[in-house]
Amino acid sequence: MCGIVGLFLKDKSLEPKLGEMLTSMLITMTDRGPDSAGIAIYSGESKGRTKMTVQSDDPENAFDGLDKALGKAIGGTVKMSVKSTHAILDIPEGTTSAARAALEEMNCGLRVMSCGDSLEIFKEVGLPKDVAARFDISSMSGSHGIGHTRMATESAVTTMGAHPFNTGDDQCLVHNGSLSNHNSLRRRLRREGIHIETENDTEVGAAYLTWQMQNGATLGEALESSLNDLDGFFTFVVGTKDGFGVVRDPIACKPAVMAETDQYVAFGSEYRALVDLPGIEDARVWEPEPATVYFWSHNDAPTSTEKAA
Amino acid sequence: MQTIDLTEVGLRETNQTLHAQADNTNQTEWEIVNPRGSHAIACGLNAPIEVTVKGSTGYYCAGMNQQATVNIQGSAGPGTGENIMSGKIVIEGDASQYLGATGHGGLIVVKGNASSRCGISMKGVNIVVQGNIGHMSAFMGQSGNLVVCGDAGDALGDSCYEAQFFVQGSVKSLGADCERKEMRDEHLTLLQGLLDEAGIDADPNNFTRYGSARTLYNFDVDNAGAY
Repeated sequence: MCGIVGLFLKDKSLEPKLGEMLTSMLITMTDRGPDSAGIAIYSGESKGRTKMTVQSDDPENAFDGLDKALGKAIGGTVKMSVKSTHAILDIPEGTTSAARAALEEMNCGLRVMSCGDSLEIFKEVGLPKDVAARFDISSMSGSHGIGHTRMATESAVTTMGAHPFNTGDDQCLVHNGSLSNHNSLRRRLRREGIHIETENDTEVGAAYLTWQMQNGATLGEALESSLNDLDGFFTFVVGTKDGFGVVRDPIACKPAVMAETDQYVAFGSEYRALVDLPGIEDARVWEPEPATVYFWSHNDAPTSTEKAA
Repeated sequence: MQTIDLTEVGLRETNQTLHAQADNTNQTEWEIVNPRGSHAIACGLNAPIEVTVKGSTGYYCAGMNQQATVNIQGSAGPGTGENIMSGKIVIEGDASQYLGATGHGGLIVVKGNASSRCGISMKGVNIVVQGNIGHMSAFMGQSGNLVVCGDAGDALGDSCYEAQFFVQGSVKSLGADCERKEMRDEHLTLLQGLLDEAGIDADPNNFTRYGSARTLYNFDVDNAGAY
């Protein structure tokens, strides 16, 4: 099954409550998937800086002195804030590739969960309520975010198999469904030089989008072409720096409900996830159409590229 | 009127209370408040009672219904009225996918739109939708009538048997072995009766009837390559 929630705030006064609202929505979806849970939050950016969220199974040792060591390796200031098994590394703009390479060199078992100016991803094995508590998601503020609770079908229950998946800077993907051509597609993408870590089907979906965008497609175009190239069932919710998008496969057997008011756009695998949102009684509530790409953006005057994304 | 607060009473006790009503019960009117999109509300009823759900429901509301009238004052989740045997379900908002799947009898009315697979494998149920319906509706429909006052999505009536479909608006595409049919007097009378029963004001003359071309009933060796 799996459960997905998403919340895109139009009303800035709700931003301090984003984490709390998303957490409550995700916990409601627990019985759609108790294996692992994750949340991607767009918590805002600071000028000249960018972020990496990293995870370790041995956070005490791995994060000890990591900021200084990484700062030395990339030749800049690194600020680190540790949350349980995850650490958010605040690094100078434009040093993401160097930081990635330096972390690999250090060989300290760190896994990169996300990169981007605004995006932070937190995910672990366990129930949504435990995962959310571990990272204190409820206290987080932000402009938009998506969450996922997993019932594993195609690969093992691990941190790396948990959603959301980072597909590119400030982009992430969650998935309800199962892809049936992920093995052949993984081989194809690896030949194209795309790094794919696990046997997970959604990671292949995420890598596919990354590959398409590396070849010049906008996120919107990449999602459109996923309708042709991905075989299987999917409801995808994608996060971008400015907003989020939704696409369902043409069969659309994986459920999806959306609600929109003047204050927010919300996504839930079921209506249950939305019932505590403010003003839901008067919200426009509908099911997204199959094989149709939807997007909401904070960017009022997008460039043509951003618009298509 | 008996009122049940679902958040206080819980699903199982609510349904057991409704199940406990006998054919000749005096408590014929029930109201369920705070449904909050819960699953399986008012499932398996078998008494001539009226249940009003004050809000939107989740999966399988009023499934397997017999005799009872269930009114959902909101939108309904997937599989609402699945395998309905008799009675009536009225949804004031929209209905999600596979509404009334495998239903044997009774009537389901949707005031809004119904999603994909509406009336899939219907076996005698009548479904009247005031708005539009999604793709693959009435797939393998065997008996009963599906009335759509708006438009129908892709592959309407794919592989259908003797169910028939009346659509006022457009049909995006017909499924395999489903074809347009002549609207005769008996069909106009039947359709008028269904619209009246659903409380929907529409002119039967504006509808088109669709049904099975009956070419898939038996295995034809010429079709072997298609499997």
